[in-house]
Amino acid sequence: MTEPLEGIRPRSSDGDSGRRSRVLMKGNEAIAEAAIQAGCDAYFGYPITPQAELLEWMARRMPELGRVFVQAESELGAINMALGAAATGARVLVSSSSPGISLMAEAMSYMAGSGTPMVLVNVMRAGPGLGGIGPSQSDYFQATKGHGHGDYRVPVLAPASIGEAMELMATAFELAERYRTPVMVVLDGILGQAMEPVELRFRNPERHAFDWALTGAAGRPARIIKSIDLVPEVLEKRNIALQRKYAEIARQETRWATECMDDAEYVLVAYGTAARVARSAIEKARARGIKAGLFRPITLWPFPSRELARIARHAHAILTVELSSGQMVEDVRLAVEGRCPVGFHGRMGGLVPTPDEVVGALRALAGKVERTREREREQQKRHAGHAEGQSGNHRPVVAGPPEPTHRAEADVHASVRDGGER
Amino acid sequence: MTLNPNPELTVRPGAPRLIYRKPDVLLDRSTHYCPGCGHGIVHRLLAEVMTELDLPAHTIAVAPVGCAVFAYDYLNVDFVEAPHGRAPAVATGIRRVRPEAFVLTYQGDGDLAAIGTAEIVHAAARGERITAIFVNNGIYGMTGGQMAPTTLLGQKTTSSPNGRDAALMGYPIRITEMLAQLPGVTYAARGSIADASLIGKLKAMIKRACLVQMQGGGFALVEALSNCPVGWGMTPQESLEHLKGPVVEAYPLGVIVDRGTPAATLAQAPGAGTVGPGTGSVAGPGGPTESEA
Repeated sequence: MTEPLEGIRPRSSDGDSGRRSRVLMKGNEAIAEAAIQAGCDAYFGYPITPQAELLEWMARRMPELGRVFVQAESELGAINMALGAAATGARVLVSSSSPGISLMAEAMSYMAGSGTPMVLVNVMRAGPGLGGIGPSQSDYFQATKGHGHGDYRVPVLAPASIGEAMELMATAFELAERYRTPVMVVLDGILGQAMEPVELRFRNPERHAFDWALTGAAGRPARIIKSIDLVPEVLEKRNIALQRKYAEIARQETRWATECMDDAEYVLVAYGTAARVARSAIEKARARGIKAGLFRPITLWPFPSRELARIARHAHAILTVELSSGQMVEDVRLAVEGRCPVGFHGRMGGLVPTPDEVVGALRALAGKVERTREREREQQKRHAGHAEGQSGNHRPVVAGPPEPTHRAEADVHASVRDGGER
Repeated sequence: MTLNPNPELTVRPGAPRLIYRKPDVLLDRSTHYCPGCGHGIVHRLLAEVMTELDLPAHTIAVAPVGCAVFAYDYLNVDFVEAPHGRAPAVATGIRRVRPEAFVLTYQGDGDLAAIGTAEIVHAAARGERITAIFVNNGIYGMTGGQMAPTTLLGQKTTSSPNGRDAALMGYPIRITEMLAQLPGVTYAARGSIADASLIGKLKAMIKRACLVQMQGGGFALVEALSNCPVGWGMTPQESLEHLKGPVVEAYPLGVIVDRGTPAATLAQAPGAGTVGPGTGSVAGPGGPTESEA
């Protein structure tokens, strides 16, 4: 599968087998190559920071391989070229960054409505508007709740490392073709721009004959790929079928990862680069006696709600960490349904929270939770004194870590919020 | 893709002549177009040309947004729906991954000359091997007869109730002349559906635009001036008279550019010599010739 890549010198790693080749690759380029190795037939793009290297890699590699590369006149042009190519059954990739994705929203809606598979990479930058070119996760709402108009969803994959991003490119094509839907892969600018050692392991998903692809109607009835239906009853039926498909995707394709969850009392929920920060924060928090763990959604839609709800039943509290004002935290709260407090810590404008900030937010949250629990215990004692044996609405009492005393650290960022009160 | 001489239409001395036959690619459907609308004529011409050139089985067509959104209800070929204005980009995607296909776009003037200007200009600039049919009736028909970029000065529409005023609403766009400036455009012509003779000439233009693609040429565009009796507030007959008068005055008929194809041939328009890309003569707005078709 792995073909020698020009410009990349595989080097034997000093790890386990000593045979796996690891190379240092930039996120955008690694993703581009992973898409190529996953059988991408055509790429359409438009320059925008911080994803330009992906386009440039494709500009060099795709013609080398006799495949299609077109630099479009705009993101509108790029995604509609993708629509046309994908309608013929080709494996198609498009990439952009936040403002460009806004322009692509229109065609995303058409592709969802007409069942046209395509993979779209968003290397997110800070908004709103032209915003800045720093890393961000402020397109979570855009990716998971919409982009374009109409009742539709697209699977959204969120890798937390370049290696994972490479694997997920193949997964993205698989999902797109299996469910006839656009699929988004979202990364923040760090994952696009950073270099990491990666194994040159690629996967080219099996190809299937499509009974819907436009190839010219020779020897068969003509095919039409469209989203329009002016008869409300017919359009509703199409929509019901779409929703069934989304329910199936939610059942089959929800992905998440957990770390240090065995004894965790406090759960950090984060994806992408925020999850990397959270990982460091967990180490630091544990050194201070806070048993923290990580819950990392890999599919942002479908969101791993059921799994998170299960965890929330036993957690003292959840802290969501994002490179945004708090977008995913809304899905976290919907999943948790008040089973435990949910806090949030985030940075905006292209800034990334430090592990120390996250630990500070976590300690503030833990302090609040412990004080609340203490009050509840006292109330229970008083109730027990008033009415012996009366069964109340008691929360199970779990012994927690000692209440932190450094109140000042709770003020590191005003973005720390208590759960369930928005 | 080879030429189909269509033996049924061949004249044999003394034998009964078949002079009218519905092309198979034209589906048996009652039309959704308004009475007197020219879209049906353009569909029919396209169906005839595609049949004569044996194209339907290889065709992937792009349907627009606007009155012709249901073009696939009439033309029995593979079709993909494009968002409003994006047909040339969608066609580009098809072209690039399906070099063997015959790629056709069909757009109205709101679609091509307003919301889709970037897409049409850049598809033309890239010289995409696409045949573009552009039906210009000077109005947004489907949404209720609003002003289009092609609406004539003074013309009353539902969004220019006092008539199009250049000071406020700008001037009509001759987009086919604009596109003809681009070296990527192999063929650009403007015809009309106003009467039988013009329809015959329009058919020849459409045929040439299809042949350009078959012969490996670049972008080929035919603008078909059409009517919109309902949107114009006229009877079909009045609308055709209007089309022959003020509309043609604003949008002169004829071949605007024909830069020739690598495999130039029979349908080469007389008078338009085979010249390399970028060197072809482009007729000015005042001086396109009417005789080519």
